[in-house]
Amino acid sequence: MKELKILAVVVFFTLVTYWGVEPYAHSVMHKHVEGHDFKYPDINASKVKGNAQNGKNLIASCAGCHSIKSQGIKAPMDVMNASATYGVNPPDLSNAGAIFDEKFLIAFLQNPAHTAKAKPNFAMPPSAGSEQDAADIVAYLKSIAPKEITPKEAYVTACGRCHANSYGKWTQIGDVPKTKFNIKTKNDVKLAEFKINVAKYQDKLADYMGKLPPDLKVIVRARSKHFLETFVEDPQSHLPGTAMPRVGVTKEGFEKIYEYLESTGDPSKAKREKVGPIVLGFLVIFAILAFLWYKSQWKGLKD
Amino acid sequence: MAHFDPNAKPFTKKWLNERLAIETIERVMSTEYWIPKNINFLWAMGMVLAATFGLLLISGIFLLMYYIPTTKEAFNSVNYLIMSQVGYGWLWRHIHAVAASVVFLIIYIHMFTGIYYGSYKKGREMIWISGMLLFLTFSGEAFAGYVLPWGQMSYWAGMVITNLFEGFSKDFLGGALNFPGLVEWIRGDYVPGQAFIGRFFMLHVVLMPLAIIGLIVLHFGALRIPHVNNQDGEEIDFEAEAEKWKAGKRKESKVIPFKPVFLSKDVFVLSIYFIFFFYLVFYHFEFAMDPVNFDPADPLKTPPHIYPEWYFLWSYEVLRAFPKNPGLVAFGFVQAILLVLPFLDRSPNVAPASKRGPFKIWFWLLLVDMVILTILGKLPPEGIFTILGKIAAYTLIALWIALPFITKAEKPIGGR
Amino acid sequence: MSDRRDFMGMALGAFAGLGALGALYAAKRTWDPLPSVKAGGFTTIDLSGAKENELNTEVWRGKPIFVMKVGKNNPAYNDKRLIKVGNDRFFIAIGLCTHLGCIPTYFPEKNKFICPCHGGQFDAAGKVLKAPPPKPLTIPPFKLEGTKMVLGEEGKEYKEMKAQKLV
Repeated sequence: MKELKILAVVVFFTLVTYWGVEPYAHSVMHKHVEGHDFKYPDINASKVKGNAQNGKNLIASCAGCHSIKSQGIKAPMDVMNASATYGVNPPDLSNAGAIFDEKFLIAFLQNPAHTAKAKPNFAMPPSAGSEQDAADIVAYLKSIAPKEITPKEAYVTACGRCHANSYGKWTQIGDVPKTKFNIKTKNDVKLAEFKINVAKYQDKLADYMGKLPPDLKVIVRARSKHFLETFVEDPQSHLPGTAMPRVGVTKEGFEKIYEYLESTGDPSKAKREKVGPIVLGFLVIFAILAFLWYKSQWKGLKD
Repeated sequence: MAHFDPNAKPFTKKWLNERLAIETIERVMSTEYWIPKNINFLWAMGMVLAATFGLLLISGIFLLMYYIPTTKEAFNSVNYLIMSQVGYGWLWRHIHAVAASVVFLIIYIHMFTGIYYGSYKKGREMIWISGMLLFLTFSGEAFAGYVLPWGQMSYWAGMVITNLFEGFSKDFLGGALNFPGLVEWIRGDYVPGQAFIGRFFMLHVVLMPLAIIGLIVLHFGALRIPHVNNQDGEEIDFEAEAEKWKAGKRKESKVIPFKPVFLSKDVFVLSIYFIFFFYLVFYHFEFAMDPVNFDPADPLKTPPHIYPEWYFLWSYEVLRAFPKNPGLVAFGFVQAILLVLPFLDRSPNVAPASKRGPFKIWFWLLLVDMVILTILGKLPPEGIFTILGKIAAYTLIALWIALPFITKAEKPIGGR
Repeated sequence: MSDRRDFMGMALGAFAGLGALGALYAAKRTWDPLPSVKAGGFTTIDLSGAKENELNTEVWRGKPIFVMKVGKNNPAYNDKRLIKVGNDRFFIAIGLCTHLGCIPTYFPEKNKFICPCHGGQFDAAGKVLKAPPPKPLTIPPFKLEGTKMVLGEEGKEYKEMKAQKLV
């Protein structure tokens, strides 16, 4: 039993050190930000009821900049021209109703920069004449939104025009195309042209945002889920003055985005969780056998 | 002239014995390598360390196959190629990262075991010294390895640590090495860059592992003649006790052979350790893979907090407790002093600290102080933490200065 | 005879040691920064074409360098941190906020730099107008050669500024 006492001392000092350098140190270094579960308490719920049919008639004002591909509405400008004009490419609205919060959108349409807590140079102008108009447009967007969207679609709609995700082969102007190189010269002109466009887009974006928004390829390993949740909910709560706007996703929308980020940043998670129990189970049996061998060898050695 | 039996069949025991003396080696190194019976699980830490080093070596070999040591590709080769494309690449990486951290936990346990039981005295000095050299080379190996993923912490740790040499060359060498500058010479550039990653890659995968393997051989070799210490520091007549064992007096003999008796205990301890280790690998690896290092290195942006891995924190805190140059001296002092511990302990007693009066207090103070320094080393240097850090650093230095006096005054135990 | 044997042994050892020293020198040189790196350590900037109150950003040793000709209308015009080149006054500094190394943005209409990260502000001579930055923007070692400036070398003007603790 003396051995167990010694073990207890070793474990005690190990745990104290661990507590000091991990949970305690991190609680001192990073201020805790309380989340609001994507409820956006500072925005009042709209009392008017939106009419999707009216919204459909009003959508032309959106289509001046945005595409709605699912409804066959094309954007008036291609990505590169839009970026040269606005600094950023306006998002396609096909899936907007599926991931953004309703009351957030209604407030956003009336006063985008303020609602998004963005800088005054925010590209989108106020786009609804009245609360009723805003509610109608939102009702329309909700009516056309698909029931189920993929994690990548959520990411592309909410984050993808500013944040690349190179491990997911996503750039701010779309997926990296599959191209073929010229067999005689080994050059790949199509890919090179695509890369030039990405570079041009990023330069414009950096001018617009003040800096190039980071590639989110492994952000799930660099930041905790709680951080990402509260940061997406309100970027200003962590980084006062940051140019990143509040995008107004719902809780479910965030979960979808997080799923995508996890698939690029921690793709081995599923495998890890599958292999873990097998390895540990093996080692437990190994330990039992080792214990029996040890007992047999040490039998009769001591009084 | 050696005698070779022309009729011996190749690769039979006899044939091999004539050429390689395999039975002699087995006898000397295992079946008649005598270990005291009076030991506890802490005596298995050497084997645990060897196993952890083995894990590092094996996982490192697989990582090496896909790692690309360039500033452009290093981060992605680790975080994309190895983590998501290479089959089981994630497993090697997690094993490597967790083992790199846990190996230091075991080293510290092993060290404090040695200090507690006085296993560095009376013929065991070389064991201690070779062990401390291993600690230093492991530290260098860990630092070089930490640079390789080329994340923010890799870059800025490389920047901050190499910057230390700036003051060193200017103030201690009279600027003698200051063109192109000692720091620039170490880095091969004005800032950590391609040259830096290349040379640390070389150090991490070739030079330091070679040194470590050589030192491990020395460390094991240093153990063979004086034999392992025991729980009471008792001086054992190994020849006489071995005869008892060979005569079948298993209970009376104070020793056991390394193989299979001691080994059976080693393997059991190892099996428990592996459960703990692989639990960390699969379910609790974050502590060994700092989140900050998952942001790619950016020379134009400093992370808000820069700190080394946990096992360097106590020395980092000593460094921080003083102004730049005195800090460097204090840092060097607390590292180097460990090497000469066998000569600072002036007491003839080889006994557990619990039986050594004031040394017992000294031991626990040292342990507690180093834990405190470790914790403070990670906290931002503000307010109360700065003051506590200074007190703890002064205490550490004072403890080492006091050691010869404390042990000189110690009463000899027994009639010796 | 034994003496002679010892001497020959030692002579051989000493000579081998000489060879080892030579090899060590070669090893040291291998660790030296490459010529391309050293060449990058000195950047020459031509100041003659500069326009008043217009910020140019150069790169030196991997860091952004702010270069700006400061006009008389600028409140920082009389600051000692500005460098006189002929009849003009120039602001030269490493363009990294001394707080956490972000790159501040210049707003000509306000005559100041504002850091995007934590809102630190500097005037057109690099002095701190608003915390958190702990000290002014750093002036890199420079040497004036007519209207050209070499960064990375300590010239007369730089040493004078150093003596006044301005850099």
